[in-house]
Amino acid sequence: MNDASLGLWTVPIAVLGGAIRVSTPFLFVSLGELVTEKSGRINLGLEGTLIMGAMSGFGVAYLTGSPWLGVLAAGLVGVMFGALHAAICSLPRVNDIAVGIALMIFGIGLAFYLGKPLVQPKAPTLPALPLGFWSDIPQVRAALEVNALFIVGLVFTPILSWALANTRWGLIVRMVGDSSEAARALGYSPLWVRLYATCFGGFMAGVGGSFLSLYYPGSWSEGLSSGQGITAVALVIFARWNPLACFGASLLFGGAGALGPALQAVGVTSGTYLLNAAPYFLTLLILVFSSSSRRRVAGAPGELSVTK
Amino acid sequence: MSGAFSLEVAGMSKRFGALAALDDVSMRVDAGSVHALLGENGAGKSTLVKCIMGFYHADEGSLLVDGREEAVRNPRDAAQFGLGMVYQHFTLVPSMTVLENLVMARADTPEMIDWGRERRRLADFIAGMPFSAPLDTPAHGLAAGEKQKAEILKQLYLGARFLILDEPTSVLTPQEADQMLGTIRDMAREMRLTALLITHKFREVLAYADAVTVLRKGKLAGTGKVAELTVDKMAAMMIGEERPAAPVARADVAPGAVRLAVEDLKADDSDGAEAVRGVTLAVRAGEIVGIAGVSGNGQSELVEVLAGQRDATGGRMLVEGEVYHAARAETQRHHLALLPEEPLRNACVGRMSVAENMAMRNFDRPPMANGLWLSARAMREAARDLIRRYRVKTPGPDAPIASLSGGNVQRAVLGRELGGEVHILVAANPVFGLDFAAVADIHSQIVAARNRGAAVLLVSEDLDELLDLSDRLLVMSEGRIVLETTAAAADRTAIGRAMAGH
Repeated sequence: MNDASLGLWTVPIAVLGGAIRVSTPFLFVSLGELVTEKSGRINLGLEGTLIMGAMSGFGVAYLTGSPWLGVLAAGLVGVMFGALHAAICSLPRVNDIAVGIALMIFGIGLAFYLGKPLVQPKAPTLPALPLGFWSDIPQVRAALEVNALFIVGLVFTPILSWALANTRWGLIVRMVGDSSEAARALGYSPLWVRLYATCFGGFMAGVGGSFLSLYYPGSWSEGLSSGQGITAVALVIFARWNPLACFGASLLFGGAGALGPALQAVGVTSGTYLLNAAPYFLTLLILVFSSSSRRRVAGAPGELSVTK
Repeated sequence: MSGAFSLEVAGMSKRFGALAALDDVSMRVDAGSVHALLGENGAGKSTLVKCIMGFYHADEGSLLVDGREEAVRNPRDAAQFGLGMVYQHFTLVPSMTVLENLVMARADTPEMIDWGRERRRLADFIAGMPFSAPLDTPAHGLAAGEKQKAEILKQLYLGARFLILDEPTSVLTPQEADQMLGTIRDMAREMRLTALLITHKFREVLAYADAVTVLRKGKLAGTGKVAELTVDKMAAMMIGEERPAAPVARADVAPGAVRLAVEDLKADDSDGAEAVRGVTLAVRAGEIVGIAGVSGNGQSELVEVLAGQRDATGGRMLVEGEVYHAARAETQRHHLALLPEEPLRNACVGRMSVAENMAMRNFDRPPMANGLWLSARAMREAARDLIRRYRVKTPGPDAPIASLSGGNVQRAVLGRELGGEVHILVAANPVFGLDFAAVADIHSQIVAARNRGAAVLLVSEDLDELLDLSDRLLVMSEGRIVLETTAAAADRTAIGRAMAGH
């Protein structure tokens, strides 16, 4: 078999490969934000955290030669941003959404400032598993070249889902997010639980950012993120605070993001920019069709400021 | 340790800034008794129990648990001593099932939860209790009575043997209340627990309590065995020397034309479930029509539709014979007045001044408005007049309305709504949480509006209030009107049964 015989099959195969690649940061950011939102707080600063993660992950990988140390560093920077968000939100009369927007802009600015010297160098990239080894077709092999972080996320999704239903910590997070009054009556401190939950969200967003600079596209530049961090926050709402649905939604958004490049590859060149906007159209469409003027969002944590 | 124990509070005081919320209060609750804690709003009842439960730290005084002096530093300590509290606003986590709620309430919840084992443990525990709760229903899906039971089960499962119940019957039907309090009293008789019942209902004190402690303005106003006291004596302890004004007599007016009619009205609640399922009713000029029902049976949604806060999904409303959509122009044309529940949230803008809030119905018409310009002076003058006529206690017309007490916010809204001409009045729980004087005042104003010929629709969760004020009484259950009766022929048992949906 050769390239030509694949014909239009090129498009779905490329979309699948692209979905796996592009969805990885969505998946990590949304799983982290899911835990933060389950605890009753929304962190819009994750876009800034994502870019800080990308920059610091790339920097550490470049200096140490180990991409995994880069991932860890990106996560720790994310924890610091999460802690900062939670600390400011613990003050009385502070709105989590406003703090999130401030931290988003701060994170982006700081990353661009500190990342200036990292624009030129090459850092080692994360490994990938060649799951397409059984096929002779180069496109299939390329599409199934699955990066290691995606696999980590794939394994982690059901674990998170299970933990939220079956562990003490999972139940505490849900309790604090649904009724801080009830949590306080049982002696749990909502502020501390939210601090941990926001730090976890920051860690995951940092790791998601490191994927951008250490795997795909695989270098540090100022145009690295195209709003994945903020889209992932919307994705959590679309996924109705369910980890398994987050995984599906990430793949869907990833696939939509890969549609433009895939069509370009088979020679469809008209409307390229329009096709690249597919994920954003999708966001708008989903929000319009899942909205209602009369009812609250089903499954929303009761303490969340946006759904209250 | 097992079984009921006694509790004693000695010389307890608690200050918040300049306010003495609790001033040298002592109380003794015998083991295995049901003790009532009686007092008006703001008398210090909740401050006292919060000091006992460790939410507040008393400035002075001591606490004796089972005869030993103990320091309760926080609610966890209280739970260790076997003290448990059932709050008026339930503390079940709405999205969690009863099983999850009960397991999380345990002090020693394991890191990983074996649901099979927990379920068996709980089933064994519930088998030994006089009542049960559905384990797999999320708390928000429970009726108020079931929530209360789940809440009490939670406390008992935690090992509480001294139960504090804060206004436990305010959301129950009379039958549910009797059953619940009866169970508590029986468990106390068997020495399984001691109960402290916070209430303002004399009926419950007389029927179920062994002894009573009365608080007034943070001080101990009296105490004694219920068998040796009368309602008059307890009422005198509660309100002291000041006597509320005598209620306005109901003028003997024959009902006139239908002013407000609702035809097959339907509306959804905020979760999209149908809450009002085809309500038809008519209110005539010069009559008060009461709507009774346990909260959460569609009354709030019905009032919100009448107020224009919620869209109807079916049916229609007629005001003075014309179709009504709750638009501002219609409300003004037909002189429709509204006293919604929680007036600070539903009828006021908390940070705006008393004068501005009082002008909300007519600020855009002369004399307050002159073309584009508003006259702050006219607003203030109108407000001063209303403040005087309706005895609103406020630092002045420019104070933010949120800084007023609940009773005075309600009086301010009452002044705004009833100060002018009124053809129709819709009131929802108008005296919830207010003290005697304010209750008497507001009831008088509602009766006076009726005597002047207004059509009054009064929605309330307090059956006694409805029986006192209404000419006709409707009972609402699960979004429908299930019973209609005149106040004169009203039968408590039949009403209670209708409220419960039988």
